[in-house]
Amino acid sequence: MTAPAEIRPLTAHVAADGAPLSLKIYEATGGYRAVRKALKDMQPGDVTKTVKDANLRGRGGAGFPTGVKWGLVPMGDAAPKSKYLVCNADEMEPGTFKDRLLMESTPHQLVESMIIAGYAMQATRAYIFLRGEYVLAAKNLNAAIAEANAAGYLGQNILGSGWSMDLHVHTGAGRYICGEETALINSLEGRRANPRAKPPFPAIAGLWGKPTVVNNVETLCNVPHIINNGAEWFVGLNQGKSKDGGTKLYGVSGRAKKTGLWELPIGTTAREILEVHAGGMKDGLNLKCWLPGGASTDFLMPEHLDLAMDFDTIAKAGSRMGTGLLTVVDDKQNILSVVRNLEEFFARESCGWCTPCRDGLPWTEKLVRALERGEGQEGDIETLEQLTRFLGPGKTFCAHAPGAMEPLQSALKFFRAEFEAGIKKASAQAAA
Amino acid sequence: MSTANANSGANAPVLKLADLVGGRKPVEPPFVFSDEERHEIEHELGHYDDNRAATIEALKIVQKHRGWVPDNAIAPLGEIIGIPASDVEGVATFYNMIFRRPVGRNVIKLCDSISCFLTGYDEVREAIIRHIGVGLGQTTADNRFTLLPICCLGACDKGPVAMINDDTIGNLDPTQIPKLLEQYP
Repeated sequence: MTAPAEIRPLTAHVAADGAPLSLKIYEATGGYRAVRKALKDMQPGDVTKTVKDANLRGRGGAGFPTGVKWGLVPMGDAAPKSKYLVCNADEMEPGTFKDRLLMESTPHQLVESMIIAGYAMQATRAYIFLRGEYVLAAKNLNAAIAEANAAGYLGQNILGSGWSMDLHVHTGAGRYICGEETALINSLEGRRANPRAKPPFPAIAGLWGKPTVVNNVETLCNVPHIINNGAEWFVGLNQGKSKDGGTKLYGVSGRAKKTGLWELPIGTTAREILEVHAGGMKDGLNLKCWLPGGASTDFLMPEHLDLAMDFDTIAKAGSRMGTGLLTVVDDKQNILSVVRNLEEFFARESCGWCTPCRDGLPWTEKLVRALERGEGQEGDIETLEQLTRFLGPGKTFCAHAPGAMEPLQSALKFFRAEFEAGIKKASAQAAA
Repeated sequence: MSTANANSGANAPVLKLADLVGGRKPVEPPFVFSDEERHEIEHELGHYDDNRAATIEALKIVQKHRGWVPDNAIAPLGEIIGIPASDVEGVATFYNMIFRRPVGRNVIKLCDSISCFLTGYDEVREAIIRHIGVGLGQTTADNRFTLLPICCLGACDKGPVAMINDDTIGNLDPTQIPKLLEQYP
């Protein structure tokens, strides 16, 4: 990743061996310039407006406009005294491995981003909610925070602005559901990670009932570059490939030749990501289908490869860009085994709070497992179709079960014959 | 399959048949925090505007020192944090990285999510089970290894992936499992 910062702002300075950049080196590459600019020359509202104009959309998977989220936070003297900024670093979406690189290799970039975001919302405290398994990221982030504290970028009266904020790394103890923004807040408060009802949204009543912004690592890391170079520059990073602005960390996992992670203009086609950057599928294998951005996104087919990987284009094709990291499924895989693996994951990770999810997901897994073994019964496919509706959007407390239904419903759509082949025929039963 | 008894941890009481027959519960030694544990937990409390938020970290501190979180640690944790023991128990049973039974000296966390599944998880799992002689969720009789499933470890480009203790190891090859596990005495 040696391309110039003008094209790949997030990863241009990542060292070849991935070693973390110290404060001194980070500052030499232009680091903390954006903090000085924001705190000395801009009002908090100007920072939010610049991010809004840049049309930065949430890179955690939902694609919600970041500046709009910040704009919901109460500001001014009437606002609550305590406000919180939380970075969602609970990277656990199967097939996703982008935030790890940013935190391990450029921890100061995230720290700087959080100082600017915290200033924009006038946060009093900030937390990085980091999954417990990311031990190297925790070490590197804590070292960066200590350096930033010593340099006066964090703590009391930051750079003489009169504004104070401290920053802590909070490490989790497992459970995928912690990535859901309101479950994350419960977990941070020291509770079981069950999601909360919305509204009120966290921007109004979040951590300890106070205004809270939760942003993904990659989302936040764009902020210093937007402040340094302006909204128009950021939009232009897409090289005309998308309506969205900026770059995106794209990746490929599965049985491709060169699996990995690349920062590319947002809207790069899935074909370019798979065939040019990942070198295509391994010899002897063909692409059967692919998940555009994690386990909770609908499968797409080889004929969808020419689509631009951005939020709106992938949504129009019936899926979601999600985290933007492709999982490619080769033609040697049984789709029922693949779907069983996905549903097993979602069933295990259900927090158990609402009935459709707690009971519906193990049922789904059981039906798919029976089909995988060729022991499905007449009507199982129809039951699965019914479950995709009963566990769909609006029927459950949060997006966990609807996410689980996305790969299932698309597999049923594209590979119905494989599901039908899993049903034990009455005559076969009689013969046996 | 030889699995270590769940009660074989250092702090667990010895259960005698006569006690069971007589309906007597074994006397558990009272749980006492070490100075180090208490100091670390109290330090964590300062990071939050509400002490409850340190609950998970407090459980992790106990686990760091003892390998797991024994039942009789729950009430004292509630006292130090200032929340009911039932709330501590609720948290301690929710998160999968809080161990409520003793684990082996080395904990193998094997990713079973989609990218690792596509790149050979089944073969790696079978190779590990063959080598250590116990299955998922179990501990070897010599207390050397515990094998646990874990969801996506965020290193999908290097699948199949596992963590052994704090080490993340990618591109696992079923034929290299014995050599790899040799490094964890």
